[in-house]
Amino acid sequence: MANRTQSIIRAWPGLVAAAVVVALTLGTLGAVALRSEGLGSLGPSDWAALRFTLIQAFLSAVISIVVAVPVARALARRQFVGRAALITLLGAPFILPVIVAVLGLLAVFGRNGLVSILFGWIGLAPVQLYGLHGVVLAHVFFNLPLATRLILQGWLSIPSERFRLAASLGLCARDVNRVFQRPMLREVLPGAFMLVFVICTTSFAVALTLGGGPRATTIELAIYQAFRFDFDLGHAAILALLQFAICALAALAMLWVQIPNASGVGLDRNIQRWDAQAGFHKIADIAWISIAAGFLLLPLGMIIWRGIAGLVDLPPQIFAAAGRSVLVALTSAALTIVLGLSLTFGVVGLRSRRVLAGSMESIGYLAIAASPLVIGVGLFILLFPIVNPVVIALPLTAVVNALMALPFVLRMLVPAVGQIESQFGRLADSLGLIGWARVSRLHLPRLRRPLGFSAGLAAALSMGDLGVIALFSDPDRATLPLQMYRLMAGYRMETAAGAALLLLILSLLLFWIFDRGGRVDVDA
Amino acid sequence: MLTLEGMEHQQDSFHLSASFSLETGTTTAVIGPSGGGKSTLLNCIAGFAKPRRGRVIWNGEELSALNPGERPISSVFQDNNLFPHMSCFENVAIGLRPSLRLTGDETAQVRTALIRVGLAELSDRKPAALSGGQQSRVALARVLVRQRPLLLLDEPFAALGPALRGEMLDLVAELAAVSRATLLMVTHDPSDAKRIAQQTIFVEAGKVHPPVATLDLFAAPPKALEQYLGVDQ
Repeated sequence: MANRTQSIIRAWPGLVAAAVVVALTLGTLGAVALRSEGLGSLGPSDWAALRFTLIQAFLSAVISIVVAVPVARALARRQFVGRAALITLLGAPFILPVIVAVLGLLAVFGRNGLVSILFGWIGLAPVQLYGLHGVVLAHVFFNLPLATRLILQGWLSIPSERFRLAASLGLCARDVNRVFQRPMLREVLPGAFMLVFVICTTSFAVALTLGGGPRATTIELAIYQAFRFDFDLGHAAILALLQFAICALAALAMLWVQIPNASGVGLDRNIQRWDAQAGFHKIADIAWISIAAGFLLLPLGMIIWRGIAGLVDLPPQIFAAAGRSVLVALTSAALTIVLGLSLTFGVVGLRSRRVLAGSMESIGYLAIAASPLVIGVGLFILLFPIVNPVVIALPLTAVVNALMALPFVLRMLVPAVGQIESQFGRLADSLGLIGWARVSRLHLPRLRRPLGFSAGLAAALSMGDLGVIALFSDPDRATLPLQMYRLMAGYRMETAAGAALLLLILSLLLFWIFDRGGRVDVDA
Repeated sequence: MLTLEGMEHQQDSFHLSASFSLETGTTTAVIGPSGGGKSTLLNCIAGFAKPRRGRVIWNGEELSALNPGERPISSVFQDNNLFPHMSCFENVAIGLRPSLRLTGDETAQVRTALIRVGLAELSDRKPAALSGGQQSRVALARVLVRQRPLLLLDEPFAALGPALRGEMLDLVAELAAVSRATLLMVTHDPSDAKRIAQQTIFVEAGKVHPPVATLDLFAAPPKALEQYLGVDQ
């Protein structure tokens, strides 16, 4: 385009941020590789863990998607009171602490849960949630809404005029399915499947709480056990390499299929539809929407219901843990924003050199396929000679959490900055607005909304995280999710329920405050 | 004097060539069918497009190596002339200081410019709270404070009604006359050209015709221009 004798925005903060991300992901991996035992040391239980990891991820992805297709179709073609609220709710599991959701699911599907009580009335044995089906159920709880949103996005990408045309040509529901839904699903489903699969291979907290034992241990859980219980660093390291291999393969597969964008802007938009007005279509849609809503709302409702009782007499160490968690979350959010902005502006500053800009952006997405436990083991190996990692468990948690939130934040910021440049870039160029002046006068004010949302997301994710902290912590440095896990492991369910409600409130509050901060007083 | 010397621009299959000079202080209209290259011509002069060959010279100084912001040029575009998150005052001030840190003298300059375009009362408002005509006035106030000798207008008033557009053109002509700015203005309406431009450049299919006195051009239009204008004219 223009003849640039100087770059409009300096790229060095982006280069520094990229170096930090590479050091944390690939650097820690190198440390793990150096410390690792040979492949031959992997025993039958390790291979069982590998098998279990893949099977549960595959089942979770398949079930999430198979259910999401009719739910998304129902949401796309029905208008009803509460539709917008339900679609917003579909975004909630993303910032819901995993351990809170697990407690909610136990309250519905666990031994003393609603379903078991119901079964008791009709003389059936109570169900229990531990094992493969529990892990899969929890993963579906988290990923069914994600898959639904992705497919709904696909529906909304079909111009509304086409449905009008379809109606004028008299296409029935089955024709609409053939003409619109099938091609759309062919485009969206492979990416959605891969995304859910990858998320499920690296999810640690679900396996920690609902898995375990020889038949339901994931690799991540095996790393944790080798590290924490057997103190076998070499074995933890080879398992970490195995985990990385899975992630790397999945990441390669993700490059191969197109990953749909789950930004979710304007998802609650209504499209006027004329097809599928017959009664049985309506009933089927109502059924799917009710099932999905019930599946999401019941566990959430149970958290609140059982939590209120426990909330009143929470022991003081819970509040101390909550304070630590809030600090970690705020630090992590700040780090994410600094890294995210640096990389984003690096990409803009280097845009005349496409390859460099492209690789800088890809580096930011590295963390999608990185596992917090692999990074944690690597950091332990690197830091142990210098400092006791347990002492800096909380700062480490904040750093790793920031890294994990980075891909989501970049997905928000990079397109936003691109749009600002395409809309106001020429005006800014003509006024000689370059460097810091461009960033502070043009970009930051216009980025307030995505920045607020990103910071809220990063803070909430960090607030609810139960990953690296489980590797390093001692009782004096526990975060709220970890404290909650200990209560659950000690069968102190009432206190755990109170802590869960507190954690839920704090996570949502952090998200709300940041998101709100980005919204108030923003002009078009 | 603005001189385009054997300038050629290539974008995909579209080719634009231009060679002409404009005397300092003159007002020139650029007219022609859409897709003919009017905006590209302005982009080449302003530095948003990079000509493949030839030179753009202002008063003996070659501009080609300069960034858009470094050229002796103020541009007013079709849209997106104002930053929506800034007040009128800031939108004008940023033309003077990208950092927005003004000296007392510069603050006075901005205030004077806003008074000149008749917006003194509205200087704290943001663009969304202004009418289309008022938004154009803010952009013109910024042109005033920038004091660049060459002013490029790319149909900035196209969205305004005829009366308001005439009013704006008169304001532009007045401001240009006072500061002895050289004005180059894209339009698709002959009456705009007749209203304020002594000379007019006709651009069609990538060919930039040399400037001709506006009244002479429309009195005896060449074949291509006649086709563009239609039989009624």
